[in-house]
Amino acid sequence: MTTLTRRYKFAASHRLDSSRYSPDQNRALYGKCNNPFGHGHDYTLEVSVRGPIDGISGQVVNLAALDGLVRRQVVDDFDHRYLNADVREFREVVPTSENILRVIEDRLRAQWLNAFPSGAPDLESIRLRETARNTFEWKAIEK
Amino acid sequence: MLLTRKTEFSASHVCAQPGLSLEQNRAIYGAAANPSGHGHNYVLEVTLDGEPDPDTGMIFDLQQLKEIIQHAVIGPMDHRFLNYEVPPFDKVVPTTENVAAEIWKRLAPAFAGSSARLYNVRLFETEDLYVDYSGGNDAGRERP
Repeated sequence: MTTLTRRYKFAASHRLDSSRYSPDQNRALYGKCNNPFGHGHDYTLEVSVRGPIDGISGQVVNLAALDGLVRRQVVDDFDHRYLNADVREFREVVPTSENILRVIEDRLRAQWLNAFPSGAPDLESIRLRETARNTFEWKAIEK
Repeated sequence: MLLTRKTEFSASHVCAQPGLSLEQNRAIYGAAANPSGHGHNYVLEVTLDGEPDPDTGMIFDLQQLKEIIQHAVIGPMDHRFLNYEVPPFDKVVPTTENVAAEIWKRLAPAFAGSSARLYNVRLFETEDLYVDYSGGNDAGRERP
C-alpha cells in the first residue's frame, strides 16, 4: 500500500478550561494550561492519505488539492487565532490536542469528496504535534 | 522487530506527462512541472522486519544492508537527473510515490531467502512531504 504524508504548520493560542468543573478543579486538571489568558503553540499537523498510485499521474493524491483542502478547512481558520474564541467548535469544546484532532478530522471529512473530484484517497491518519514532547495521533479503523 | 536505516541522496527531476501542455501539467504537479527540472535532498528510510539471530543478536547485517542500499539506490540515483539517467523514469513520472515504489522494487530481491524481509520504504522528498510504500500490486495501477 502507498501512503503519502504532508506536513502543515499553524500557530495558535488556547486555554484549557471546562465549564463542567470548578476553577479549582480546572486548575488541578489542566495545570498551567488553565492560566486565564491562554498561551500558544507552533502546531505541526501531518495528514496521511492512502490509495493506489494512479497509473498515469504517478500520484496517490493531487497535492494542490490536498493542500487547498487543509488550508481552507484548517489552516486559514486556525493560524494566528485564539482557538477558544475564534474557532466556533471550541466555544463549546475544550481545545485539547485530542479535541483539535477530532475537529480537524470532521472538517476534512466534510469537504473530502468535493476536494478530490477525480477520485479521493482514504484519509488514513492525522498527527498533531503540540510541542516537541507531545504528539497526538488519530488513525482510521482498518477496513 | 523492526530495523530502520536512513540514507540520503540528491537528485533532480521534472514531473510532467508528455501528452499534456505545460498548463495542464502545472495543474497536476505545480512547480514540479517546470520543464528544466529541479532537485531535492531525498531522505530514504528502509525498514526491515525480522527476529534477531540468536548468535549475532542482529536482525540483519548492517554493513550488508548499507551495501544493498548503496548498490540498488544511492549509486544509481545520487546526483542524477532521474528522468534522463534512471530508468524507468524516462517513461514513468518520477513523483515521490513512483520513486518510492521503484526503490522498493530494486531493494526487495536482495532480501529473498534472508531471515529479514523488506517491511517499508519511506521516502522524504522534503521535510514536509513523504511517502510510505510497502509493496503490493497498487504501483502503476490506474485508479478504479
